[in-house]
Amino acid sequence: MKRVLVFLLVCLAAPAAAQTGLPPAPYADRQLDDPQQEAAARDLMEELRCLKCQSQSIADSNAPMAGDMRSQVRERIAAGETPEEVRSWLIERYGNWVSYDPPISSAVTWPLWIAPIILLLAALWLARGRFRKYRGEQ
Amino acid sequence: MIAETGLIALWLAAALALLQFALGAIGLRMGRDDYYAAIRPVAVAQGLFVSLSFLLLIWLFLRSDMSVKLVVMNSASVKPLLYKFAGTWGNHEGSMLLWVTVMGLAGAFIALFERSLRTSTLVATLAAQAFISLGFYAFLLVSSNPFERMFPVPADGQGLNPLLQDPGLAFHPPTLYFGYVGLSVAFSFAVGAMITRDVGAAFAKAMRPWVLGAWIFLTLGITAGSYWAYYELGWGGWWFWDPVENASLMPWLAATALLHSVTVLATRDSLRAWTLMLAVVAFSMSMIGTFLVRSGILTSVHAFAVDPERGSFILALLALYIGGAMALFALRVGTVKEGKRFELVSREGALVANNLLLSVILALVFIGTLYPLLVEAVTGDKLSVGPPYFNLATGPLALLLVAVMAAGPLLRWRRDNAKALLNRISIPILLTAATLFVLVLFTTGMSILALLGLALAVGVAIASFAPLWKRNLRRTPLHIYGMVFAHFGIAVALVGMACESSFTEEKLVAAKPGDEIVVNNWRLQFEAIEPMAGPNWTALESRMTAQYGDGVIHEITPQNRMFAAAQTQTSEAALLTRWNGQLYVVLGEGDSEGRWQIRVWWKPFVTLIWFGGILVALGGFLAMIGRLQRGYKQRKQREYAEMML
Repeated sequence: MKRVLVFLLVCLAAPAAAQTGLPPAPYADRQLDDPQQEAAARDLMEELRCLKCQSQSIADSNAPMAGDMRSQVRERIAAGETPEEVRSWLIERYGNWVSYDPPISSAVTWPLWIAPIILLLAALWLARGRFRKYRGEQ
Repeated sequence: MIAETGLIALWLAAALALLQFALGAIGLRMGRDDYYAAIRPVAVAQGLFVSLSFLLLIWLFLRSDMSVKLVVMNSASVKPLLYKFAGTWGNHEGSMLLWVTVMGLAGAFIALFERSLRTSTLVATLAAQAFISLGFYAFLLVSSNPFERMFPVPADGQGLNPLLQDPGLAFHPPTLYFGYVGLSVAFSFAVGAMITRDVGAAFAKAMRPWVLGAWIFLTLGITAGSYWAYYELGWGGWWFWDPVENASLMPWLAATALLHSVTVLATRDSLRAWTLMLAVVAFSMSMIGTFLVRSGILTSVHAFAVDPERGSFILALLALYIGGAMALFALRVGTVKEGKRFELVSREGALVANNLLLSVILALVFIGTLYPLLVEAVTGDKLSVGPPYFNLATGPLALLLVAVMAAGPLLRWRRDNAKALLNRISIPILLTAATLFVLVLFTTGMSILALLGLALAVGVAIASFAPLWKRNLRRTPLHIYGMVFAHFGIAVALVGMACESSFTEEKLVAAKPGDEIVVNNWRLQFEAIEPMAGPNWTALESRMTAQYGDGVIHEITPQNRMFAAAQTQTSEAALLTRWNGQLYVVLGEGDSEGRWQIRVWWKPFVTLIWFGGILVALGGFLAMIGRLQRGYKQRKQREYAEMML
């Protein structure tokens, strides 16, 4: 009886797997044997957006598409590609939306990267004026 | 009848808020003292009526009155009592009513207990408070009536989002709301003081408890929210730089800056304009946070309400309040003198550095959160800004801020010299250098940020106790202890963050019952998988044992839950806490060959992150008690002196 229940629950719990009808991607939830490669893949997966979810990285998502993407990332890293090569390949396919790391060289995203410097300079300027005035008064 | 009574109470409270505003505005214009006298009872009455309205809504939820639409949409009769109760504010209308209730109570509290502020400033503050409340009353009564009836009456409700069915989350939103409302009170004080041109130490002392209280709640709310996300979402992460998290972080950053600058204003009568500006910014951030979360403009895990009409309403309120406050600030800033001056190397100098760094971090979080929305609105391109950007842009500044935090309390007010400071802080500096040296020698793969963070945290942990050095511990004022605890808490949290990000070990396996999984020193034995049923869910539960080295064998049971009413699945991770970290086990999907996906993490010292957060809040609490006690004593002494004269 218990087995039947388990089976029924598995069927209920895995509607996502049933939808695609395809065998799950081989490296979706399997780690690479080389710990260094796995770490590199892992770091990259945390910086890639799951396209079917809301605000989740593919490393954190249970969606089948995220699983496919994880598998691709691991396979490509295992094949010797650098994380940045894999990232640009994915950006080419899915656009900037897929990467949580906005590129510095892109026409749309460079302002993000100079913002810290400009803001810091503005803060220093604000502070500097204040202290100098004090010395002038003395 | 309960629902109608609640609605009437809400209308009455709104009318009283209008009266409170009118009394204040007209009274101030014409200088009528009798109007001043009337505003206090009106504020108290407003607080009572709006509380009555909220209590009635709670009652409707507790008795599962399915003729009320809000109850139907957000509750179900089989739900555990705690979640019926929490369901009151686990939705848009209820949470807005909670907001305005807390504001009404805060207004009543000020009217009853605030005695040290000039009367006209107090009246202006209460009028500003009523004006803010009016916007929320209008919002509730016009577009989100919580007491709306439903016909025909359905047999049962639709339940609450299963992710919200968790004790942590039941109390997470109200905690943040208390923080937001506290900042709105601080804002009202700032507006009041700007209107009557009464910006000085007395105003800062009246505002400080509210800032401190708001900051304690925000700290607790963010800490609790982070822990909730960590154990409930089953991803093993504790901060995602998700827009909704950022929406709660931004008011906290502003409140932290405000807390420090208001202290300068209260003790040294300096940084007046800057403190006013921060009060305006802090409230704006809490409004923007509410707007981002409530309008559904960010489609993320937290945004449950997706409704453009409401979004535009909040946006209009936002523009009105922030625009109005900025205009008032611009008009009055010329007449506000900055106050007493000070040198670069001084306590004030360190606090200015704190304020500027926090403001820059705040601006970066703000830009990073809203930039994708802006780009999408202008060009239609979608882009993502996430952890890589936020960590790199704000991380170094945060470390610098932590270093300033260690030095600041050791500096004298007004002027000090750098050599003397170096002398005072030499031991923490040596400790930091030693830690850095050991870490570089004996660890591999730590990021520079984590490396510096950990080394700095060790030094700062010691430095945070330095203000107690050579002091009589029994005569040291409570607020000094508060500062020590809060700063120490930051160091503790930083240790947790650095360790978690550097030393976490992860294992993904497809295991059959009977298999063994080894992670770090842990040995896990996967024993069986069994079905289970709860009050409104069914689940698959895996039974495992876990053993650290030769230690005690623990039973753990990670689950996968299905909520029938909402057709949602949640995974209930199993956590085992040791002094040196946490084991985190998640049960995934099963495959056709009877193997189950199991994800195991060993996260060294991860609990220090939240433990640190709690210490910070505790520090705030001690400071609050210390300040209130001191204020009370001073007032008693003053009254006594007046009596003797």
